[in-house]
Amino acid sequence: MGAGHTHALYVHEHSPVHALPPHVKVVATVAFVVTVAVTPASAGPVFAVAALLLAAVTRLARVPLRFVVARLVVVVPFLLVALMVPFVASGERTEVLGVSVAAEGLVAGFGIAARASLGATASILLAATTEVPRLLRGLERLRVPPVLTQIATFMVRYLEVVAGELGRMRTAMVARGHDPRWLWQARPVAAATGALFVRSYERGERVHAAMLARGYTGTMPQLDEESEVTTATWARALAPAVLLVAVLVVWAVLT
Amino acid sequence: MHAPDGFLTVPAAVGTGLISAGAVGAALRQSREQLGEQQVPLAGLTAAFVFAAQMVNFPVAAGTTGHLMGGALAAVLLGPWVGLLVVSVVVIVQALVFADGGISALGYNLINMAVVTSLGGWGVFRLGRRVLPKTRVGVAVAAGLAGGASVVISAMAFSLEWLVGASVPVAFDRVFGAMVGVHTLIGIGEGAITGLAVAAVLASRPDLVTGAVGLEPPRGPRTRVRPFAIGAVVVSLLVAAVVAQFAVDDPDGLERVAEDTGFAASAQDHPLGNSIFADYATAGVADESTSLAIAGISGTLLTLAVGGGLFSAVRRRGPSTSSPTQPVG
Repeated sequence: MGAGHTHALYVHEHSPVHALPPHVKVVATVAFVVTVAVTPASAGPVFAVAALLLAAVTRLARVPLRFVVARLVVVVPFLLVALMVPFVASGERTEVLGVSVAAEGLVAGFGIAARASLGATASILLAATTEVPRLLRGLERLRVPPVLTQIATFMVRYLEVVAGELGRMRTAMVARGHDPRWLWQARPVAAATGALFVRSYERGERVHAAMLARGYTGTMPQLDEESEVTTATWARALAPAVLLVAVLVVWAVLT
Repeated sequence: MHAPDGFLTVPAAVGTGLISAGAVGAALRQSREQLGEQQVPLAGLTAAFVFAAQMVNFPVAAGTTGHLMGGALAAVLLGPWVGLLVVSVVVIVQALVFADGGISALGYNLINMAVVTSLGGWGVFRLGRRVLPKTRVGVAVAAGLAGGASVVISAMAFSLEWLVGASVPVAFDRVFGAMVGVHTLIGIGEGAITGLAVAAVLASRPDLVTGAVGLEPPRGPRTRVRPFAIGAVVVSLLVAAVVAQFAVDDPDGLERVAEDTGFAASAQDHPLGNSIFADYATAGVADESTSLAIAGISGTLLTLAVGGGLFSAVRRRGPSTSSPTQPVG
């Protein structure tokens, strides 16, 4: 708990991207990501356009490029997979720098790497420009069942608390010489996990009781009024996705 | 396990998306009673727990670590439907907020990490409880078997999805062999942690373990070994038999897999960007042909060894955690 209620993944700025209504942003992101996901692996130029569009949005949102790149480490394992694909894939072989690789696998590996990084960049930008509670309320507006969004709200709210508790337990264990190297030494880890569950659950009980005491009836009060979204706003938000679809169609027609 | 966007073909993504939407919908209906809207804060905090538990690194061997998936653990603690719901929320938030797992890949990520781990884990857990003695140890061992099995089931689910919607021409049996091979190893750790964590919760708040409903009060530290041994042998032979069925041509050497799980160590570097690094990085890497028999048998032996170790570990704990009302013996 305590200070700093914005999330580490959020970049506080005042930009046109930040100002977009969250549910509009979610739809725009999903549209963009789906377009990237359906782009064939051989469509190099389309991926390049997608990268440029994301760069433009990053610029417009005043999100530091370094922030986006640092967050992209999430996809590194899949880039490794993509690197391996040409070597393990079946089919016709070609030579690259004197090494025999599968021709089809080379293209497919590129496809995996491109889609993974572009998709991740899009969701990084969504998280960087939208505070999580607003994002979840946006999802609710998109007819996601409120039970799910409310569980998510509480989860995000208490994630740092629970993770902090886990961190303190780990520190305490290490301070007492905990350095497991083999599976049969894992019992303290498991005991800590069990204790963490009990503590989280009991915190949940306390939070629930405290909320009931303050008149909680099962739904959270709406704090900001939901204004109608104009067509112009939708058009601006969806512009990158629409542009990308257009480029993809042009590419498909040309080849 | 957090697959990125475009890892499987579009039809596979749409199909798995429909299946997971159906599963989450069913879970919402099934859990409505247990999870009256009043209980939402509790579910939210357990979701935070599952998220944090996925950051728990456990040692595998020689300083190599893996980390928990938590689906089976959530199912045993909360029941299959609430477990499914809670883990689904974790996976969705990871995709939307943490960019961990693609948004368009949510369909198959939800199936692999939430649906089959909770429901499959719960199935194995129920089976285990039927066979094992109705004691805390029995429940903990059943939870352990469920945890181990859930990871292997998850790997199988991924391989089947690959069969339907591979975006890359890598043969199914290769993916299946590598995925299931690696995950049998990871599953052993998951099983040990799940079982021991459930034992720890049972020791302090047995009322919180949904899967332990109807548990007889502890009768004393004496526990029966035979039902557990039979259960462990049956389950491990089953796993080995299934692996052997599919990993026909090119099973991957377990040694190679163990070397490659070194990837898992790097997961510590960024505690929030948690993906099981070992998963896909090793998929289809190992070209060494080890014979099928060796793979199957060593898998069985490993499972047995850890099952036995888990059992003795839990048993040793038995007397020390006994409640005051329990006869000291």
